[in-house]
Amino acid sequence: MPANATSTARLGVIFWLAALWLSVVLISAATAGWWSVPPFDRMDWNNLSALPGTSNSGTVLQNTDELKKNEYIYWLGTDTMGRDIVSRLIHGARISLAVGLCSPLIGFFLGGLLGCLAGYFRGRFESLIVAAMDIILAFPGLVLLLVITFYLGPNLKNLVMTLGFLTIPAFSRVARAKTLALADQEFVQAARLTGAGNLTILVREIIPNIIIPLAIYGLIAVAFMIMVEGALSFLGLGVPAPTPSWGGMIAEGREVLDEAPHVSMIPAGVMFLTVLSFNLLGDSLRNFAERRTSQL
Amino acid sequence: MVIGKKLLRFIFVVLAVTAVTFLMVNILPGDVSYIIGGETATSEDIQNIRRDLGLDRHIVVRYVAWMGRVVRGDLGKSYLSREPVLDAILRRLPVTLELLIISQLLALLLALPAGIFSAYRSNSLVDRLVSIGGFATISIPSFVMALVTIYLFSIKLRWLPATGYTPFFEGPWANIKSFVLPALSIALIEWVVLMRVLRSDMITTLQQNYILMAKAKGLPPWKILIGHALRPSSFTLITVFGIQIGRLLGEAVIVETIFALPGIGRLLINAIYARDYLMVQACVLLITLGYVTINSVVDLLYAILDPRIRTEASNAG
Repeated sequence: MPANATSTARLGVIFWLAALWLSVVLISAATAGWWSVPPFDRMDWNNLSALPGTSNSGTVLQNTDELKKNEYIYWLGTDTMGRDIVSRLIHGARISLAVGLCSPLIGFFLGGLLGCLAGYFRGRFESLIVAAMDIILAFPGLVLLLVITFYLGPNLKNLVMTLGFLTIPAFSRVARAKTLALADQEFVQAARLTGAGNLTILVREIIPNIIIPLAIYGLIAVAFMIMVEGALSFLGLGVPAPTPSWGGMIAEGREVLDEAPHVSMIPAGVMFLTVLSFNLLGDSLRNFAERRTSQL
Repeated sequence: MVIGKKLLRFIFVVLAVTAVTFLMVNILPGDVSYIIGGETATSEDIQNIRRDLGLDRHIVVRYVAWMGRVVRGDLGKSYLSREPVLDAILRRLPVTLELLIISQLLALLLALPAGIFSAYRSNSLVDRLVSIGGFATISIPSFVMALVTIYLFSIKLRWLPATGYTPFFEGPWANIKSFVLPALSIALIEWVVLMRVLRSDMITTLQQNYILMAKAKGLPPWKILIGHALRPSSFTLITVFGIQIGRLLGEAVIVETIFALPGIGRLLINAIYARDYLMVQACVLLITLGYVTINSVVDLLYAILDPRIRTEASNAG
């Protein structure tokens, strides 16, 4: 990359905007229990698919034994069953983030380790790993996912495990490519000449150098996993009701897309911004890391 | 040599795919016969179902028997409609194929001009806008894109129907119309990958000497771009195009469900909801085989099409 005047490694405004949005989503999901919003499953039959900003003006709330008629403003409106969208969004964020963040971790550790070992030891072990990964990749991912969640039953644990399993090949490819590039470098040879064993070289020299690119790749995997979880929930094969999920909320709004598009479009927008932010974060960090290396 | 190796890999993957598909029904928890029998089934019913499915025999025997039947084209009968599974699949296959073809054509229609222009004027304002647009669209899942196109073109503008399907021979025009929105919601996501690949290859091509030569001859830019630069820049595009078709099979499941198109994807989803095991197994087998075959053919085509790979292989050999 040609060094021009602006090549000092800096993270742009876009990076910080993306980071800001993600912090908001993360903190909301973490503090979902403390918000003074109605519970996510409380239905208000007088305000079905209410527009954002509607006040419940003291109507009787179903599904609760509260006698006090609190006045409450639905800042983002209500869904088709009169449930507060804000409340469902922040609780749904828990599912999206749990799946989106946990499943790539499985790929990160297992795939990363396998790829790293394959790239380091080469030979028959490498061919075996590569062949196994090719077979996993030979399946159309979404179809396999649909079928596995169908047979195992949809719940958070199965979802995370299956999605995590499917991310293993991609992580192992990245790790193997990086390890292959590192294995012939001088510092690795130097370590070997000083009498370091395979384990020491892997732990001290190789792994610290592949963990950053792998983690950056992980951010893009998170973005993808959030979309896949959304698609599964949308098809009704995600985490079962009544637990809210963004994909499920988008699906519920389909019936009223004509008269109350916000019921679908607000969760869709939130999901879009979150996925976009993870993509942007991964992209800017990758450019940042590349420029840092080229400057050294 | 290369082709022999690829064929061997193809056969190996197909065997693995059929084995995994088979194991899904047979090893994963929850005996199929209880689910088929339902809650009211007596133990005698369960025994009958188990015998029908051959579940009382050893797993290897069952696999070989199943493979034998699959090879002869017998995929079993649906537990609900009693219809042979193969017939149901063949009836829906054209719908999915038409959806895939139209959506890929639309994606190319978007990707070609955008990719060519972005490469021709790289780092210009238009290039950056295209790149930002691309970044935004790949962050939209296909089911959201489908809802957005329904909202815009069907509810607001009332140009196209949101759901419904007319067979081609009953009304070609209505048939095409029912495919526009589903295909568009796939294409609006798929074009980005194609555009990016074309742009980066085209930028490399435009730096070649023969392009300079063409410029020196005074040829207009569009003639150089289309006539001289496009073909040598499209090898990666063709590969990615092929791989995308496989990936689209997954998207088709979602899009067919939303737009109520009676294709393979909808068949699979309905079979899943109805717990129609044999149908699920057959659909997965077909989709996966299609995916593996497409990928292998593209792989081969790439080796045949790209003269650089051919010469490299012959030099190495």
